Amino acid sequence: MSRSKTKAGWQPACDYAALRARAATLSRIRRFFDERGVLEVETPLLCQTAGTDPHLHPFTTHFRQPGQTDGVELYLQTSPEFAMKRLLASGCGSIYQICKAFRNGECGRHHNPEFTLLEWYRVGFGLDGLIAEIEALLGVLFDGKRDLAPARRVSYRHLFGQLAGVDPIHADLREFAECAKQHNLAEAPAICGEDRNIWLDLLFSHIVQPQMERGLAYFVYDYPACLPSLARKKPRDEAVVERVEVFLDGLELGNGFHELADAAEQERRFDDELAVRHQSGLPLPPKDQRLLDALSHGLPDCSGMALGLDRLLMLMTGAGDISQVLAFPVSRS
Amino acid sequence: MAVISTSDFRNGVKVMLDGDPAVIIENEFVKPGKGQAFNRVKLRNLKTGRVIERTFKSGETLEAADVADMEMQYLYNDGIEWHFMQSESFEQYTAGTNAVGDAKKWLKEQDVCMVTLYNGSPLSVTPPNSVVLKIVETDPGVRGDTSGGGGKPATLETGAVVRVPLFVQMEELIKVDTRTGEYISRVKE
Repeated sequence: MSRSKTKAGWQPACDYAALRARAATLSRIRRFFDERGVLEVETPLLCQTAGTDPHLHPFTTHFRQPGQTDGVELYLQTSPEFAMKRLLASGCGSIYQICKAFRNGECGRHHNPEFTLLEWYRVGFGLDGLIAEIEALLGVLFDGKRDLAPARRVSYRHLFGQLAGVDPIHADLREFAECAKQHNLAEAPAICGEDRNIWLDLLFSHIVQPQMERGLAYFVYDYPACLPSLARKKPRDEAVVERVEVFLDGLELGNGFHELADAAEQERRFDDELAVRHQSGLPLPPKDQRLLDALSHGLPDCSGMALGLDRLLMLMTGAGDISQVLAFPVSRS
Repeated sequence: MAVISTSDFRNGVKVMLDGDPAVIIENEFVKPGKGQAFNRVKLRNLKTGRVIERTFKSGETLEAADVADMEMQYLYNDGIEWHFMQSESFEQYTAGTNAVGDAKKWLKEQDVCMVTLYNGSPLSVTPPNSVVLKIVETDPGVRGDTSGGGGKPATLETGAVVRVPLFVQMEELIKVDTRTGEYISRVKE
């Protein structure tokens, strides 16, 4: 793999093999979904509202009508989720989209602030059906590139207990601190304080992920209810939500939900997130009323998944840095 | 004192960590798709040389360390301390045993070293990558042996002991790699 440092600034950061791998992957994905009767759609990158997730920081810009001097604030989407759900509520059936998403403040070996997402929704699917489809897609994409061992399906709680030795649902903060200390993270209490979600993010990303076996996909399901995002609560188990994350070689590839369809519950989660944003002094984007209206109208029972295609390409080509699969990462854009 | 945020973390940036100056040698941005962002950082404590792994919440800040590298000529050792001179300003600096550390076995008078200053005084000394030193003690080798296989220990004028090929003799000058402590070649005077 070519080293980006030695190339002049105008040249692509990645080599042609990476360009070809990307092109082949895009066409293979389109064939995969066409064969399954899933409709390709496009939704706006430039949006009037942004998600309320306190950990996502959208880029903002201004839109001016012709001749207008001051415009209205618009956001570059951090995910096409809300627009795609509006399509689903309108009755379009199962859909997929390959698009750019933008997240400010994210840059590193595994992050570029502009990246490519594959997002799809399957009407009538629960999480099990969705997981089976992801596995089939990974099989098709890695075929002839890399042999993957059979995927592992494991609950968040079981995997956490197995690799970190602590129960993520029931342990108290003292037990989290003890676990962190045993894993050379004595600074954890200073970072996480009383915030249970940050504790889980820290322990999972620093202790669990690095210990995942290489060469096979992990489907981690039943996330704690304190990390719900847009997932449904699991029937008969209030402690977890119907959310799945995919990992390969310890790297997070994507996130899926059995989609929350309850408009009132969705609005409560928006309000909770806005409250967290308010407390942290973060900007307060308007709630997406069109999404709430669409949910009130009725979202068909469905599950959806978002996969980071750049990371997928890294794992397919053996790249250690996201810039090795991008023609022009942000530093060369 | 300047403040360094996690977004300014780069290899080579020097910060204060637990009261000691430290240099960042690795910085990884870690962020779950739906969660808190962290910076997982490897730092070298510039006093002890120890490598520390530490995680910060993205956006946290550290104090910058007043640390600077400066080329200096090694002058002499007075039996207790080592004396250096900055070639342009002729300013002299004195380094103790802790600061000189392992570098002492490679220090030859007049050689130019890298001296790291912390709050204006030497914190550590890095010798040149290779130095030329005289052999003061070694077993007589077998004449005609030029293979270099095996080798023998040789004590150098600074007290360092390195393995040299059998054909290298007492009083000869040799070039040594200070980073590995390995013999490179003979040097003709």
